[in-house]
Amino acid sequence: MLAFISRRLLQSVFVMLAVSLIAFTLFRFVGDPVAQMVGQETSVADQERIRDSLGLNDPITTQFVSFVSDLITGNFGFSYRTRQPISEMILSRMPATIELGIVSLLISLLIGVPAGIYTALHRGGAIANTILVTTLIGISIPTFVIGIFLIFIFGVQLGWLPTFGRGDVVTIGWWQTNFLTIDGWRSLLLPALTLGVYQLTLTMRLVRSEMQDVMKTDFIKFARARGINRHSIHYNHALRNTMVPVITIIGLQFGGVIAFSIVTESVFQWPGMGLLFLDSIRYVDIPVMSVYLVLIALMFVVINLIVDLLYAVIDPRVRTGATH
Amino acid sequence: MLSRLKRASVENELLYLFLHSRVAQLAALISVLMMGAAALAAFVAPSNPYDLASFDLLDSLLPPSYMDGGDARFLIGTDDQGRDLLSAILYGTRLSLTVGLLSVAFASILGVTLGLMAGYLGGRFDTIVMRIADVQLSLPAILTALLIDGIARGILPQQRHDDLMLVVLTVAIGLSLWVNFARTARASTFVEKNKEYVQATQIMGMHPLRIMFVQILPNILGPIMVILTVDLAVAILLEATLSFLGVGVPPNQPSLGTLIRIGTEYLFSGEWWIVIFPSLTLVVLIVAVNVLGDFLRDALNPKLR
Repeated sequence: MLAFISRRLLQSVFVMLAVSLIAFTLFRFVGDPVAQMVGQETSVADQERIRDSLGLNDPITTQFVSFVSDLITGNFGFSYRTRQPISEMILSRMPATIELGIVSLLISLLIGVPAGIYTALHRGGAIANTILVTTLIGISIPTFVIGIFLIFIFGVQLGWLPTFGRGDVVTIGWWQTNFLTIDGWRSLLLPALTLGVYQLTLTMRLVRSEMQDVMKTDFIKFARARGINRHSIHYNHALRNTMVPVITIIGLQFGGVIAFSIVTESVFQWPGMGLLFLDSIRYVDIPVMSVYLVLIALMFVVINLIVDLLYAVIDPRVRTGATH
Repeated sequence: MLSRLKRASVENELLYLFLHSRVAQLAALISVLMMGAAALAAFVAPSNPYDLASFDLLDSLLPPSYMDGGDARFLIGTDDQGRDLLSAILYGTRLSLTVGLLSVAFASILGVTLGLMAGYLGGRFDTIVMRIADVQLSLPAILTALLIDGIARGILPQQRHDDLMLVVLTVAIGLSLWVNFARTARASTFVEKNKEYVQATQIMGMHPLRIMFVQILPNILGPIMVILTVDLAVAILLEATLSFLGVGVPPNQPSLGTLIRIGTEYLFSGEWWIVIFPSLTLVVLIVAVNVLGDFLRDALNPKLR
């Protein structure tokens, strides 16, 4: 087990190093950092001095090492566009994205899991088929189109819900939350639904196929043969075994939710990290781009690691690689 | 000879399943119709939305012709520039499909070549390719595409960037999709390379490249076809998303995503048709391609039969 953990950790470190290298290359070679920082009237000598003081004349390996150690210590540098420290910019945007992600994940679970169980247990039934066809369409509709349709129906035609921004927020320390005001919840509803629908279809299809697989196994047949009542077989035996892989996939989905929030945040002008990243691409704000890249990769790597370790705890074959 | 016979029977089976699936037929019909209409856009569209002389700002924001204030010339209304929306959608579909097809072609050639070589050669090459794939899988496709687009923006001057936008977009989407092809090709090659026909060609002293691309490749096309179809839908979706976010194709050549972005600005003032019609076109296109992909996956997967 220890060997497995260390191998997996090493792999994660490798991925993070590779991503930092990409981010570094971006930062160092796409556009000239000095030209971005100074005005046009700065003399060549002054530019050279800035270049020196930033360490841009050091050997490239030294620069990479200091880039990585800056990242590790949380010293993310400054945005070209706003001249603010990037760590501050990201910290102020993070709560919006995380709250949006949590609520949409909850929507996806609260609807997706029961719907998946239902369609698995009632194969071929009229309601189950309707749900399945709906999800196939749901999976094909781009997130931004879902958002626009929701805005059109609930914002424009019915006028029930706000369609952009976070609405009233309450500030606790540096964390601005939507959860404590009614207006905050109303503003959160449409973006969270938009982001949740795609995840919902994934959750539902996953729960359904896992549950169907479990229902075919011998121990369920045996449980039937023993005359255990249907309800108990479905919810005590089958569901419990279904939930193991489902829980791990849900961990991965949270990463997806945060990444896809870029689109949703753009539709609803939700002031989160995704919108920040989008702005950084539009204005070629390279430092913000590279920091965002590293942070998102870190999040995915950590989630992947946890999922793999969970699997290893549950299934001993994974540890030794016996399946290959 | 034997492998040719086997392939023929697989194709017949596919045909048989296709002839017995109404849903697949409908999806294929819609896909072909839309692709045909898009390919012939220059002939079937009432006007040319790329030609500045063909539209008039005075015609802007007209509703569909069946509504009050509609104009018979514009069946489903006009956009903010006075372009005929139907023509814009036809040309936009052409652009979306072109970028989609090109980027999937790019992704599949790159991915299959790397996967085939990784699977056949193994060793260090395999390790390197799969490590790169691991790194890339740690980022969602939309992020990779956005990032490549951002890098291109940084490297190329503004004017060049606008000119090369289609190339940049194709490369960005293609590079974010190759991993699936590589992994599939590699896994299938692992299975194939231990079969007797491959061993026979090795003994005959055939060149490894020839073994890979002439002997093995035709036998692993099945699963690759499935990914090709599924990823076409993904590529169309990615292009639309990038254009919607305003980092895709230039605004003077609107794709479906661009039209939808323009349309959202008019959603609140009541001009709903600019956003609704392109959105519906996009959704129908993606659903049709996805259904075809689902059909292929089920038909080519013996486990499900």
